Amino acid sequence: MADKIRQFVEFKIGQEEYGVDILQVKTIERMMPITRVPKAPKFVEGVINLRGEIVPVIDLRKRFDLPPAETTENTRIIIVSVDEITVGMIVDSATEVVQLAQEDIEPAPPITSSIDSDYLDGVGKLEGKLLILLNVAKLLKPQEIEELAQI
Amino acid sequence: MNNQYLDVFLEEAKEHIENLNRYLLELENNPTKEIVDEIFRSAHTLKGMSGTMGFTQLSELTHEMENLLQEIRNQKINVNEQIIDTLLNCVDILEELINDIEEQGQEQHRDISTVIQRLKGKNDVYLNKTKTTIENTKKHVFNFNEYEDRLIRKAIDQGLYIWKINVTLIDECLLKSARAFLVFKTLEAFGDIIKTEPSVQDIEDEKFENEFTLYLVTSKEKEYILRALSSVSELKTVDVMRIDQDSIEVQKANLEDDADSKDTAETTKPFLTTQKPSNGQKNLKKTTKTLRVDIERLDNLMNLVSELIIIKTRLEDIKDNNYQAQRETIEYLERITSSLHDAVMKARMVPIENVFNRFPRVVHDLSRELSKKINLVIEGAETELDRTVIDEIGDPLIHLIRNAADHGIEDPQERISKGKPEQGTINLKAYQDGNNVVIEVSDDGRGIDLSKVLKKAVNAGLVTEEQSKNLKDYEITSFLFKPGFSTAGKVTDISGRGVGLDVVKTKIESLGGSIEINFIKDKGTTFQIRLPLTLAIIQALMVLVGGEKYAIPLSSIKETVTVTRDQIKTVQKREVILLRGNVIPIARLNEVLDTHRQDQNTENLTLVIVKKGEKDVGLAVDDLIGQQEIVIKSLGSFLKDIKFIAGATILGNGEVALILDINKLI
Repeated sequence: MADKIRQFVEFKIGQEEYGVDILQVKTIERMMPITRVPKAPKFVEGVINLRGEIVPVIDLRKRFDLPPAETTENTRIIIVSVDEITVGMIVDSATEVVQLAQEDIEPAPPITSSIDSDYLDGVGKLEGKLLILLNVAKLLKPQEIEELAQI
Repeated sequence: MNNQYLDVFLEEAKEHIENLNRYLLELENNPTKEIVDEIFRSAHTLKGMSGTMGFTQLSELTHEMENLLQEIRNQKINVNEQIIDTLLNCVDILEELINDIEEQGQEQHRDISTVIQRLKGKNDVYLNKTKTTIENTKKHVFNFNEYEDRLIRKAIDQGLYIWKINVTLIDECLLKSARAFLVFKTLEAFGDIIKTEPSVQDIEDEKFENEFTLYLVTSKEKEYILRALSSVSELKTVDVMRIDQDSIEVQKANLEDDADSKDTAETTKPFLTTQKPSNGQKNLKKTTKTLRVDIERLDNLMNLVSELIIIKTRLEDIKDNNYQAQRETIEYLERITSSLHDAVMKARMVPIENVFNRFPRVVHDLSRELSKKINLVIEGAETELDRTVIDEIGDPLIHLIRNAADHGIEDPQERISKGKPEQGTINLKAYQDGNNVVIEVSDDGRGIDLSKVLKKAVNAGLVTEEQSKNLKDYEITSFLFKPGFSTAGKVTDISGRGVGLDVVKTKIESLGGSIEINFIKDKGTTFQIRLPLTLAIIQALMVLVGGEKYAIPLSSIKETVTVTRDQIKTVQKREVILLRGNVIPIARLNEVLDTHRQDQNTENLTLVIVKKGEKDVGLAVDDLIGQQEIVIKSLGSFLKDIKFIAGATILGNGEVALILDINKLI
């Protein structure tokens, strides 16, 4: 298993670089009109029409309690799908697809960045820079769903 | 296992089960050779299919059924009630086995030996005419599967004891599964429970009477076990019995009638004892939902799609400024899309027969259980409904049928004294009425005793005695749909626990339908259910609230009115209006939905009056956009917990608008 290569979609929020497993990514979309959903958790921006399918969109900045940013040319919605839940994540920009060998992925240290290490799969080392690998499944549930249920 | 075939297998197996049920019931009333042949054919096909798929228990059981049926066919045995009951029992077990396969992707071990013995018993009795009763051949076999047997033998080798512990709970025990859990926990402190009857799952789900049996491997003595269990309260009796190697009979693949066994203990559990899968891991493979579609309908769909392609080509060919041709093509396009819509809807439609077919069996069992003679008449089984509705409507209907059998239809003596035929009739009728499908469940029983309902309602505090005098009949019957309400004098297994009609109502409303009761005293009761033909497309009123567009289903709207500021009154700090003598509370949607506040100074307020249960509520909106046909789309499981949003729809310009669920809104 040592030489297992995984691919990640690399994206940026603020100055930090993140990665999400490419197997969980359905598509990457440009910013589009979002319909607000009343009484949804505050990090849920609303829903979009993704070619006929209704997809909820979350703002990763709000999710991680980062200051809001303006929507720019580079803003993207990464559509991820885990266990039949499909969700869009708003990110500042999506840069490229990178390959990481399993040995280059280290478990997340308790304090990696501004975000809770619970949501991390680990940290990837890539030519001198560090890639924070998101665990999408944890990011979307189950606490989140419980949180929703309380509203 | 090849999943591709599994789906087909399941679909067909269920059809055969349905056939078996139907023809067996028919056989009871009308024992002709043709019907026996039908049953035989279904059993035989099922056996062949299961054999091919490697489901040994299914094929074994059907094989034995076939043997018995063969004897009937050759007229060596005459059909009687007992035989039909045994065969129906077999069908039940077959159904459970098939359900196991559907849920877990493989056959689970179920005890089919008892019923096979009965099948064979029947055979022998009637062939040899030697024995007279089959029921009394109580053999006490410890049925362990090979895995359990290995465990037991190992334990005996190690000098451990195996105890069969029979626990009876006191009758008034409320939390049976919790008590059982305590027993388990106590025992597990010093031993291993290798098997329980009924299964652990059933015990957890409280699917047992007051007693259960478990097998414990431990080094402790009997006295120790009794002492340990004495700390658990609400136990009536605890019987502990030692099992030694000789008394164990492993359940072999081919169960013999005269299995060597010792009469050591009493096995009280009937046919269905689910045992834990021996490999311990549950393979929760869900099969996909499939639907059989008439090929003609698919062809029709195909034709329409090809027309769509033609139109696309035509649109490409139109010169830029040829408006006439453009308009014509768009009109054509409109026609095609609406036909396409119809065709797809039709493809999703299933005759309600699929649900109704289960009911003759239900009624048959009910009439046995209640000792009432009940006849079921089905009309309009060919009426078609959307597949999603079909899947959901079964349980509410069973509930209504049980109600009719238990509460509605009187005991035979009572019926005779009222001058009615001894046999009661339950009528099940489905028909299409415009864009709705109506399902009626009616009985010719005693009707509803309004005074009894009223008394209950007063007792339950739903209404004061003062108010109760002025209630109209329909207001009184509406109490029947309140949670926890039952008029049955005594609670039976069948109904009367009061967890009924409110659930039925909720279910039907969640399908977008409605339910009504009509009755004539001593003539009968009719429950009328109205369901929309399809769930996917509804008529809705689009409204503007704080700059956002929302859809309100037309089915819950009564009217729209514009009122001026001074018509709004305040009652107990709530805004209300007086509309034709009725006080209607107002809910400002922009507050409910936290939208941007609109200018409050406008003189006029637009209200959409909606029905919320029995009451009316006025929803204040900024503007009405208009009525529109919308396609309902789910918000997905991520947002499924957001109440008052029934879903979303995509508007012509690609924007998403949310659909309000009025019942949960306020």
